[in-house]
Amino acid sequence: MSEQTKETKVIEDIGIDAGLEQLTEEQIEKTIMSVINAEGGTRLEAYTKTCVHCGLCSEACHYYHSHDKDPQYAPVGKVRNTMWNFLTKKGKISKEELKRAVLIAHTECNLCRRCVQYCPFGVDTAYIIALVRRIVHKLGITPQYIQDTAHSHAATFNQMWLKDDEWVDTLFWQEDEARDEIPSMRIPLEKEGADFMYSVIAPEPKFRTQLIYQAAVIFNECGLDWTMPSTTGWDNSDMCMFTGDFEMMGRLKRDHYECAQRLKVKKVVMGECGHAYRSIYDQGNRWVGWRDMPVPVIHSIQFFWELLKAGKIKVAKTIDKLATFHDPCNTVRGMGLHEMGREVAKAFYPNFVEMQPNREHNYCCAAGGGVINCGPPHKMTRVLGNRVKAEQLKATGAEVLIAPCHNCHGGLEDIIHHYKLDMEIRFLGDIIYECMEKPNAV
Amino acid sequence: MQPATAWDWSPGRRVVLDDVKKCSREYEWLEEYVASPDGESLAVPANFGEEGASMVVNGEPWENIYERVWYPRYSPDGRLTALAADMGEWTMCVDDTAWENTYGFLLNTRFSATGDVIAAPVQKDGEYGWVVDDAIWETTYEFANQFAMAADGSATAAVVQNVSFGQADIFTYKKGCYSVAVNGESWGTNFINCYSPAFDAAGKSVAATVRTSLYDYTIVVDGKPWAKTWPCAWEPVFNPATGDVCAAVRMAGRWGMALNGELIWNPTFFQVWQQQFSGDGKHLYAIVSPAYGKWTVAVDGQPWAPTFGSQVTDLVVSPDGAHAAALGADAGAYAVAVDGYVWPGTFAMAWAPVFSADSEHCAAKVERRGGKFTILVDGKPYKENFDQVWDPVFSPEGDKVLIRAIDNGKYCRIVVPVRDF
Repeated sequence: MSEQTKETKVIEDIGIDAGLEQLTEEQIEKTIMSVINAEGGTRLEAYTKTCVHCGLCSEACHYYHSHDKDPQYAPVGKVRNTMWNFLTKKGKISKEELKRAVLIAHTECNLCRRCVQYCPFGVDTAYIIALVRRIVHKLGITPQYIQDTAHSHAATFNQMWLKDDEWVDTLFWQEDEARDEIPSMRIPLEKEGADFMYSVIAPEPKFRTQLIYQAAVIFNECGLDWTMPSTTGWDNSDMCMFTGDFEMMGRLKRDHYECAQRLKVKKVVMGECGHAYRSIYDQGNRWVGWRDMPVPVIHSIQFFWELLKAGKIKVAKTIDKLATFHDPCNTVRGMGLHEMGREVAKAFYPNFVEMQPNREHNYCCAAGGGVINCGPPHKMTRVLGNRVKAEQLKATGAEVLIAPCHNCHGGLEDIIHHYKLDMEIRFLGDIIYECMEKPNAV
Repeated sequence: MQPATAWDWSPGRRVVLDDVKKCSREYEWLEEYVASPDGESLAVPANFGEEGASMVVNGEPWENIYERVWYPRYSPDGRLTALAADMGEWTMCVDDTAWENTYGFLLNTRFSATGDVIAAPVQKDGEYGWVVDDAIWETTYEFANQFAMAADGSATAAVVQNVSFGQADIFTYKKGCYSVAVNGESWGTNFINCYSPAFDAAGKSVAATVRTSLYDYTIVVDGKPWAKTWPCAWEPVFNPATGDVCAAVRMAGRWGMALNGELIWNPTFFQVWQQQFSGDGKHLYAIVSPAYGKWTVAVDGQPWAPTFGSQVTDLVVSPDGAHAAALGADAGAYAVAVDGYVWPGTFAMAWAPVFSADSEHCAAKVERRGGKFTILVDGKPYKENFDQVWDPVFSPEGDKVLIRAIDNGKYCRIVVPVRDF
């Protein structure tokens, strides 16, 4: 069986299927049209009237390339099978069409915005697909695993069902661990007026606690005035942004920023996550009514770059392996941090090779945009939908892939495994921790 | 600690501790300092290496040492509390005396307004609730958060999980698994989510924001929901005089204010939140965004003229309810605004304003660029800057201000007549 054939098998997702069973034709029509009319507005109208179906966006999409230029995977094809279908049929669409639309919107588009750059009119396909997800949310047919993550956000204010004491206990644990290496190491909790509040995404305390340890070492060894909160607001992530539950997205961002405001910090430094950054600088903050970020937030890429430039991070050793750098969509196309990321990477991996294409033209990991959060039923969709990434990685000949984003890590690990690429994947913080001078270490 | 009327209000400076790092016992490091309300004590968690950690007060360590000590806080009546752990069990220490019981975890200590009640959210045997003066709720829950306490400490509440569900069981979740428990007793009715439980002035009633479906929000008062729902709603607040409940609600992408389920402020704002009633319940203040990206304070629905581009925070209403103050910021420059007038000068940071008991004066702690701190009173800065300063405290008559500050390694309390600002 070819990989293409494998992918066309019916995907079962109880979140979609059980939700669809309960819907009537009337509910579907009414919900679709009410979201389009109330929330699509002039922006949607401008895009739909402007798009001339030229297909230039096709060449931008990793799904399109990975499926031998099958036009249904072109961004315009995805819009045609989702929003365009909704509009032309005025919401009167079948459940089969609706399920296909859910799968396209949630698992065949990463909202990576690469295609936006290639559209001569600047049509933001990601916006259109996100609006489809909003309709999917309103219809109650969001894929199960990402819906569960959204539920976790809504109940606990973090995406991993962590309880308040588990969060604090994890920080104490990491502080204790780090003291074996740096006896005076602290993770200062609730330090009002600190220069920086460090916020992370919930998978860090849940699965990747070493990243908190490493970040704490960097803060301490650079002599920075920093803190972490003991209350909710510590998790900056936001899967509700990707499920289309914008009300919950706003609640999460309010909680995050109010945490920083309560602690009177001057800046928030966030860990190596892309989507959380997008939620903080673009979508969540603006839904709330902040034009910009009420408290300045800098991504770890920029933070590390600034520390390196200021001489606070001192390079103790470099690693003599061939490395390449993956540009996460939300930090690069979204915020232009590509050169900073490279400079940090090259400081420790001088033997460096670029992927082609790179920077804002780099291909997405196929995990972002909430796609990896749709869970096991959809894993092969994204892995097979990113063959082009595997080819891009392989062509570099690199032994090390540096990716400063959690979802990118998850997606790229699956690609490396599936396509049998012999590459080690690393975060910037992990590299800096290993290679920086640590004057206080024993 | 004596009542505020008996504190030393003699104008002038007195050094309380001539070396803030002084400790009669050898330590490895000190953490963050906390000052007592009357300014007579300065406390700091200290790490004694292998021996453990404890609090040091005016240079003298507590007798008891623990594996870990954190979250030091002075109660309003001047007792020093800290959360302490030994052998993985946590307790509350109050003036160097530990509660009798230990718990799996204690977090974020709370006090009643007078300080006579000390409480904390608790985890014991994997279940969650409140512990109040070392008495844990009779019923605890597999999950609880959003903890609230009545002003007089007579009651506590939290959002609790009443129904268990398995991993990724989105269907049980959508049926409603969460409610509010008051003094450990759940309302009984479950909702998709509950947020921001709040007590009335008497501590007898509780209101909370709930999600009745994934798309509908409303306010529930003592378990009874309002008749109307909205696409989103923020925290409820009781009118202290009438017991009415108000909350910001969203309609068609704009925010207004609802009282007992009916709109009282039309939904014209881009944001409304953190509303507060005056003590007599006649006026309602809130932080609002009257135009996208612009923030200010509204009084009874009417926004102040000055707006800020980045944020407005820390809304405070004077005791007589006639005045309000808040912080505003534009691009990292913080200012204090009182009754719609912005005090001169901007700062690297500012803290919540404080009104005098007679509501005649307002003060705030600010950080100047460069890292020095000072106190503003009625918009005028104190003549000195400090390395560290705590919130200002007005004398009961409102004619003097107590400044608690660290400078050049000395901790001092300074009493300054308001007229000297």
